[in-house]
Amino acid sequence: MSALVEIVGVTKRFGAFTAVKDVSMEVAEGQVVCIIGPSGSGKSTLLRCINHLEAPDHGFVRVADDIIGYRVAGEKLYEVSDRELARQRSRIGMVFQQFNLFPHMTALQNVTEGPVLVQGKDPAQARTEAMAILERVGLGNRSAHYPAQLSGGQQQRVAIARALALRPSLVLFDEPTSSLDPELVGEVLQVMRELAMTGLTMIVVTHEIGFAREVADKIVFMDGGRIVETGTAQQVLMTPTEGRTKAFLAAVRE
Amino acid sequence: MSMLQAEQPRPSYVIVKRPTIWRYVFAAAVLVSLALIVRAFAIGKIDWSVVRYYLFDPDIISGIGNSIILTFLAMVIGIVIGLVMALMLSSSNMVLRYFARGYLYVFRSIPMLLQLLLWYNLALVFPTIGIPGLFAYNTVEVVTPFVAALLAFGIGQGAYTTEVIRSGLLAVGKGQTEAARSIGMTSGQALRRVVLPQAMRVIIPPLGNEVIGMVKYTSLASIIQYREIIYSAQSIYYANTMVIELLMVCAAWYSVVVGLLSIAQHYLERHFNRSAVPQTIVEVTA
Repeated sequence: MSALVEIVGVTKRFGAFTAVKDVSMEVAEGQVVCIIGPSGSGKSTLLRCINHLEAPDHGFVRVADDIIGYRVAGEKLYEVSDRELARQRSRIGMVFQQFNLFPHMTALQNVTEGPVLVQGKDPAQARTEAMAILERVGLGNRSAHYPAQLSGGQQQRVAIARALALRPSLVLFDEPTSSLDPELVGEVLQVMRELAMTGLTMIVVTHEIGFAREVADKIVFMDGGRIVETGTAQQVLMTPTEGRTKAFLAAVRE
Repeated sequence: MSMLQAEQPRPSYVIVKRPTIWRYVFAAAVLVSLALIVRAFAIGKIDWSVVRYYLFDPDIISGIGNSIILTFLAMVIGIVIGLVMALMLSSSNMVLRYFARGYLYVFRSIPMLLQLLLWYNLALVFPTIGIPGLFAYNTVEVVTPFVAALLAFGIGQGAYTTEVIRSGLLAVGKGQTEAARSIGMTSGQALRRVVLPQAMRVIIPPLGNEVIGMVKYTSLASIIQYREIIYSAQSIYYANTMVIELLMVCAAWYSVVVGLLSIAQHYLERHFNRSAVPQTIVEVTA
């Protein structure tokens, strides 16, 4: 069976700066892939290319049956409409570094917004399901709170619940713990650990090497917009072959 | 120090507030000034019974009514244009962007009074308007004083409202749109459900200002014979020479309308603040 996610020759430029250079990789269904690397290495940009928040200048990303952002006809990829792109994205969840919860909606409304507005689900049904998801991330008693009334860790867990509510086949995590106070990192990682065990396909850009070692089926080390080294946690973290990987890991562990 | 703490009982101080004498001095000054002003107007050459008599004159009432109608419709046009132009300014389509910039430049350059006169005299440029071969109307009949005022104020106001709405849209972080798009909203849905509700908090105060400004801008329409309140007052005082009395009637009505609008704005702001972000972290126990 072919991979769930296929990234093919993706290049992304910002003006004269090339953030991602001709990157290709595959993610199988149920896999947890952690992308690590120094800041500015292009890992977040690559992640944002997957759901087309950044449109690649070259290459494409396939998730399940969709070439994200395009429609295939013969030898050509035609850019799809805003509506069709929205439909493609609704099957890919995303969790942001800054949470980006909707501040004018309660935790529960944040979670039901996608299913009700985008998928046209019955509101009562959506609320029941959203409550179940909030319970799962340990926030059943915070459903009526507004984001400003929640701690960073709680906000990020609501954001994870919001991403899960659309029953995505893939969830992207963009440095989900990087803007959290140190004592709040654990609760978010714990939720992600549990998700990984349920067989959810996850691509995680992270600086949490310990977390990556524990849950990642595959680790991708990026530097300078390219993939430098790929392998299991054991291979990349314990016995790296590339000098740049060794240097990065040494710096992180100090 | 530790000996002091150990041996002596802590003295019980009483806090004495600073005197608030200046509050009373200013209050007295304000009251005296007000009394003098009221007295001056009371003994001045104003016949207050005439003011009272004309306050509810049918022509005056219909005049302020026309001012309000013109304000309301011009603001509706202004807000619709403002929203469209603000979105065009942030569009990825450069033709739309430049069109919106051009509109802003032209309509903020020309004084409102001049725009009013230009629309009113449109017939001098285009004697008839219509689609060639289908229909044509005499411009003079179509562009009545009301239509000219509505076009001038609505389209002119749109340029200012554009900037007000744009500032509101800019105040909402890019991450909000990205989060909305990531859960599969179209750009229209993201705008309606996520961006605009948050932008409203920023938009309402300056927009309230614009509405209040528009109430008074409508007085300009008197010079093209639109029957708003100043025009009504002038028609009356040309006949009875009670100039100041009728101008006072106008001032009273403008104050009432602006007062009511300020109250409405207060409640509108409260509404959007309540449904928006609670600013403090409150422990709510459900």
